[in-house]
Amino acid sequence: MKQVFSRPRSMSKKPFHYCPGCDHGVVHRLIAEVIDELEIQDRTIGVAPVGCSVFAYDYFDFDFNQAAHGRAPAVATGIKRVRPGSIVFTYQGDGDLAAIGTAEIIHAANRGENITVVFINNAIYGMTGGQMAPTTLIGMKTQTSPYGRDAATAGNPIRMSEIIATLESPAYVTRVTVNNPANLMKTKKALLNAFTLQKEGKGFSFVEVVSICPTNWGKKPTDSHKWLTENMLPVFKLGTFKDIHGVEKS
Amino acid sequence: MAEKVLMKGNEAIGEAAVRAGCRYYFGYPITPQSELPAYLAKRLPEVEGVFVQAESEVAAINMVYGAGSAGARVMTSSSSPGVSLKQEGISYIAGAEIPCLLVNVVRGGPGLGNIAPAQSDYWQATRGGGHGDYRTLVLAPNSVQEMADMTVAGFEFADRFRNPVLLLSDGVLGQMMEPVSLPDPIDYDVDSKKWGLGYQGKDKNERNLCTSIFLDVDELEEHNWHLYQKYQVMTDLFSKGEYKDFAVEEHLCDDAEIILVGYGIISRILKTVVEKCRKRGIKAGLIRPKVLWPFPSQVFERLQQTTSNFLVVEMSCGQMVEDVKLAVNGKKPVYFFGRTGGTIPSDFEILNEVDKIVRPD
Repeated sequence: MKQVFSRPRSMSKKPFHYCPGCDHGVVHRLIAEVIDELEIQDRTIGVAPVGCSVFAYDYFDFDFNQAAHGRAPAVATGIKRVRPGSIVFTYQGDGDLAAIGTAEIIHAANRGENITVVFINNAIYGMTGGQMAPTTLIGMKTQTSPYGRDAATAGNPIRMSEIIATLESPAYVTRVTVNNPANLMKTKKALLNAFTLQKEGKGFSFVEVVSICPTNWGKKPTDSHKWLTENMLPVFKLGTFKDIHGVEKS
Repeated sequence: MAEKVLMKGNEAIGEAAVRAGCRYYFGYPITPQSELPAYLAKRLPEVEGVFVQAESEVAAINMVYGAGSAGARVMTSSSSPGVSLKQEGISYIAGAEIPCLLVNVVRGGPGLGNIAPAQSDYWQATRGGGHGDYRTLVLAPNSVQEMADMTVAGFEFADRFRNPVLLLSDGVLGQMMEPVSLPDPIDYDVDSKKWGLGYQGKDKNERNLCTSIFLDVDELEEHNWHLYQKYQVMTDLFSKGEYKDFAVEEHLCDDAEIILVGYGIISRILKTVVEKCRKRGIKAGLIRPKVLWPFPSQVFERLQQTTSNFLVVEMSCGQMVEDVKLAVNGKKPVYFFGRTGGTIPSDFEILNEVDKIVRPD
């Protein structure tokens, strides 16, 4: 019998601790598949954030650093400068990357560090129990915006891909989602593009994945993806904002 | 160690670091340590090293965490307010047991304070500064020569103990010029640390992980006791083991009726005070801690048996004096004299304090 599906070599055997329906597991798997396909497992180094994916290092089978909240791009900078032949990526949520770590991500991008950043944007702080994130939608109710996010006092959702794309240095900035199989395959292609660019030494790559948080959104996973499609994608539009090497056309 | 050159203290740290195999510097501008990053910004590219001016002290210390995780000899430097910002990262580095060299060219505080020399970061340096049960090895040079020597020693200690090492300097030591014999350069291989991220040795059979998170209660307790045991080993080595002479300088203490105590730049003023006391018939001595943590308590435990008084002098309102009191343990009086805010006490006013103690009438 032919085996048609198996665990990527770059994934460990540890069962996910993530909530049922969470997109983290899907995105982890896509990253592992890309690393396998590029044959870079033996020289990949991940940097885990603070947030639900704080234990990301448990699920991958290669070297990892666990960074402080928001500091993953700075830690990745240090690692990559010492080991330029390694493939270094960070995996960060919206609180980590778009709030406490805003300075670190902007400046790592602006230096054009030859690293890859995978940004999971689910519009909420997951691990701490569902607080308002910088990417929380207007009117969206969370533990710390119980009356709905009010732009007058809490500002508007931050669009990180668009901000990073304004910088000259980054090579590749794209926003994708895994709300259906077609988009999942596009996400894999985006990750492949990003890691390929890094492998070729072509600079900073940023892949934003618009994601769900069924637990803290208080929705079923299927309803969550429907909600994402109807509410998040109009604010966080899918697409590629920067591709200086034309990797998507090649 | 042949060449002798005239250098500023801050520059001597930079050149010594390069010679100790450090090829990575991450920092953020702040006075009065600017000569150090300026020197390395020029020097590191000459040896295929990396100099990064980070977006903040917070980012800089996390770059150090990354580079240290990858096996490099790496350093950062700052001054008091900037070192406060680095404390989060230092806590992670201590927890994950990553070697690195930190330099604090101390200035006056609290808050923005001023840019004049001070010793008011002793507590922050020796008590951790960041959160959690951890210790940082703290070295206190008192000359440009020691700035260089302790930089080299600092990298060696950091690697040996897998622990951050803090070089505690001040605005005077950093900016003053003195002749210095520079150490011989060594070659350092990032693959000398098998635990390092990206280690490429053939004997690597499992992946490497640098982390400070231990969510399980039992695991974290085990980790904390592991760190504690390491700190005990360090304490033993610096109090009675191979580094006991490195840790402290004693000067004319055997017959002293009063022993002056000071570290860093203050110790040089105190040496003058000791000479002047002796000329005036006062048997004064000097204890100079060169390592501030682990504190050389054993010297005080021994010398309190023979002396009558201790006078601790600091450029602060009194921080190290607490460690001296703990070591003397109430057996002899411990006096304190301090100037702060950037004022350096003169030998004359310290002499007055000695007089008040030994010749009260």
